[in-house]
Amino acid sequence: MSVESYILSKIKFGVLPPHEISRMARVTVTRAELYESDGTPVMGGPRDPHFGAIEPGEVCPVCGNRRDACPGHFGKIDLARPVLLPYYSDHVNAVLQATCRSCSRILLPEEQANRMRRILKTLKEKWPRLAQSFIKEVRKQAAQNSVCPHCGARQYKIRYIRPVIFYEERPEGEVRLTPIEIRDRLEKVRNEDVELLGLDPEYSRPEWMVATVLPVPPLAIRPPITLETGLKSEDDLTHALVEIIRQNERLKHYLRTSAPETMVEDAWIALQHMIAAYIDNELPNVYVLQHRGGRPLKTLAQRLKGKEGRLRGNLSGKRVNYSARTVISPDSEISINEVGVPKEIAMILTYPMRVTLENIEEARKLVLNGPYKWPGATYVIKARTGTKIDLRYHKNHKQLAESLEPGDIVERHLVDGDIVLFNRQPSLHRMSILGHRVRVMPGKTFRLNPLVCPPYNADFDGDEMNLHVPRSEEAAAEAEEILLVERNIKTPRYGGPIIGGRQDYISGAYLMTVKTRLFTKEEVLELLAKAGYKGEIPEPAILYPKEYWTGKQIVSLFLPEDFNYEGRAKINAGPLACDSYDCFNDSYIAIRDGKLLMGVFDKNAIGAEQPNNVLHIIALEYGDDKAREILDSIYKSYIRMLELRGLTLSLSDVDIPVEARREIDKLVEEAKKEIMEMIELYKQGKLEPIPGRTPEDSLEIKIINRLQELFRKAAEVAVNYMDPFNDVFIMARTGARGSETNIAQMVAMLGQQVVRGKRIHRGYRNRTLPHFKWGDLAPEAKGFVRGNFRYGLRPVEVFFHAAAGREGLVDTAVKTSQSGYMQRRLMHALSDALVMHDGTVRDAYGNLIQLRYGEDGVDPMKTYHGDPVDIDRLIEKYSRVK
Amino acid sequence: MPSRSKRRVSKKILEHELVPKHEVLSFEEAVEVLRKLGVPPSRLPAISVNDPVVQLIGAKPGDIIKITRKSPTAGEAVYYRIVVAF
Repeated sequence: MSVESYILSKIKFGVLPPHEISRMARVTVTRAELYESDGTPVMGGPRDPHFGAIEPGEVCPVCGNRRDACPGHFGKIDLARPVLLPYYSDHVNAVLQATCRSCSRILLPEEQANRMRRILKTLKEKWPRLAQSFIKEVRKQAAQNSVCPHCGARQYKIRYIRPVIFYEERPEGEVRLTPIEIRDRLEKVRNEDVELLGLDPEYSRPEWMVATVLPVPPLAIRPPITLETGLKSEDDLTHALVEIIRQNERLKHYLRTSAPETMVEDAWIALQHMIAAYIDNELPNVYVLQHRGGRPLKTLAQRLKGKEGRLRGNLSGKRVNYSARTVISPDSEISINEVGVPKEIAMILTYPMRVTLENIEEARKLVLNGPYKWPGATYVIKARTGTKIDLRYHKNHKQLAESLEPGDIVERHLVDGDIVLFNRQPSLHRMSILGHRVRVMPGKTFRLNPLVCPPYNADFDGDEMNLHVPRSEEAAAEAEEILLVERNIKTPRYGGPIIGGRQDYISGAYLMTVKTRLFTKEEVLELLAKAGYKGEIPEPAILYPKEYWTGKQIVSLFLPEDFNYEGRAKINAGPLACDSYDCFNDSYIAIRDGKLLMGVFDKNAIGAEQPNNVLHIIALEYGDDKAREILDSIYKSYIRMLELRGLTLSLSDVDIPVEARREIDKLVEEAKKEIMEMIELYKQGKLEPIPGRTPEDSLEIKIINRLQELFRKAAEVAVNYMDPFNDVFIMARTGARGSETNIAQMVAMLGQQVVRGKRIHRGYRNRTLPHFKWGDLAPEAKGFVRGNFRYGLRPVEVFFHAAAGREGLVDTAVKTSQSGYMQRRLMHALSDALVMHDGTVRDAYGNLIQLRYGEDGVDPMKTYHGDPVDIDRLIEKYSRVK
Repeated sequence: MPSRSKRRVSKKILEHELVPKHEVLSFEEAVEVLRKLGVPPSRLPAISVNDPVVQLIGAKPGDIIKITRKSPTAGEAVYYRIVVAF
């Protein structure tokens, strides 16, 4: 058998013409019953065997094949009267509106029509999109003519009620146009007019849109299912067809017996509606075909539509093999490029290894190990015979291993160093799928270095992730060269690192580099061992009475030798602010020739998603490889640092002295007094309103502002009284976790709770809760919470806090779904825009979108937070005296 | 084929700061631009003759318009558009 292959050059969609339907039909269906009393299918019914063989062993009476080879055959229903079809009727409407009711010519003067034909021809060649809107314009203009320019006949307005009803507003009143009349008119429309109205007469004549014969799909499309009880259950489509056939026969009967016109009319309309529902059972103004139980039938449109429909569910989205999914857990000991894979999974996922002279011994060992011993193999494909041997059922592995020869393929288990794709949903950006190197481990979870959490937005509270194995050398090479974690440290979204420290890494780095911390030799060795450092230990910073090293010395060992950096640390804020090296707070980072001279490492040095920090500059200027080296070494000692020192939180960390609490009490009293005065003024009508606001609004705004000021002041007091080496405070200052606001909520007060930007006001009539008087405007009656998490909240305060907390939950729920949908649409709109080799951006047709990508041709991934060059750094670099 | 009634457009819009500079290219310039970009005119982004600025500068269908816009990334960015009848 020779196989010819062709490449599709185009696809043309058209309307299936009635003669074509009749030609391909193998049965004419006239009976609505499915089976005879003896259980055989009814000939000429919807289960006629001529629809194709579907039962095991059944021979198709049409093609003589059994069910695996029979393609299925169409049948037809000859409709007693023509019927309008939904969706097509929009085009029918357009043609009716634009053509003469008596001569069926387009309602445009000949010269104008000719001119439009010429324009349409050029538009179709050059701007197909514009041709569409031009056709719309043609239709509109033709529809406006109330007298036919060809035969002079007067035109009436045609009213179209979706999906299938047409009325003509004649002088004697509104008359329904029957499908017969409509079809007559459409038949007379000339081909050149059809073309001008946007249809291709060769493939879609308008009269074909009014059905005279209905195709009945093969049984393979609507297979009956046999239940365990032996009863046959028919497909929804078959049920719908049964209804149509029954109605069609009824109509035929009425016509044969010359039944009264109204009965014929009603039966005809019912048939029309059934056929419309057979095509789409969710159409407006059409009755819904139902099961006996009342469940609407799943008809043709329902099979295609929606997330689980044929298109989105089966064609765009398919299930894949060679993939695995399980819970992820952290492992800061493995490289960021690695992923820990459970042995169990490694023995199921396989890679087709081609046997060569170089690896034949290795391949033999794998085959010898078999499918149940790692590292082994599950299948062998012999090149000579093309047969696939399943090692689970093969007796003699030894013999098979010996028979291996170059060219054979061994489906071997995943082994250390294999490259795989790792993914976490929702896949919102390209870093949601990265390439990792396999590291087979005991246990049942995937292991992930916590430094790689940010691109996936993963944490370890039960998150699961997917793993896919590239199954060819090309795919593996591509994954390694493009998708490998280390090549995605910088994000293309904005110039900055997306992989990097979070949480404990940041606290650890800070505690290591802070200037009050000195390390003994043992400690230095411990930290360096963790980082895998193999080199000399520098001279201690303090020699006598005991040798001590600083954390800055340790960190410097890992920086590139000629690296220079200057910038503010995260803690550079509030009282610790300074903007040059003239800084006693150790909050300004200065690195000279790879030595950290001053400043601490915190989020602004080692953190993820912090553009222009130390990590980012290293990744940019020294390469991803160097950045990975640093992430894989010194970052481990940050964690070790925390283990040495400990980082924890106790009640005393969120407590402040009595004086401080008194101070806050005083602030509260002051604020309350002022607010009560404002309320008093307001009640007397003397409150100065804010321009453009009502007195009520003005009072609200003033109160909110005052309360916010109060919270700010209270937070300041609380923070001022805190020990700077309080662990909670360290976390907030360094950017590891939490903020000063969070601390103030624990230590001082929760402050004003807001819902929709306003003080809480809803609940009961004119008051929030029955604890308050009607119309009480006082802070505590409208959601001001004086209490804090340390000393607890009053019941009413808990309620207010819960109300504000709920708003946050609702907001996130709404925001994710809305922004998710927006993203999906943007993606589809932009997915085929491509930067070509000449720097222009074009779509799949070659249409120009931008002359230069981003107008400046800059790749944001290779920038300093959007700036292609950092001029200050350049000046600094070249003006330094060696 | 501008069947729609001609709207009166004030010259003032050309002076508005949000309206970028539009220029009609001469035939020679147009050919040069297309040669440089390596595209047929139909691959350029289109602009309708009914566009107010196009009407004001008197461009005809088939003309190529050079638009110089302010750009946050590149300072100034040049775009070419082809005037279409529709």
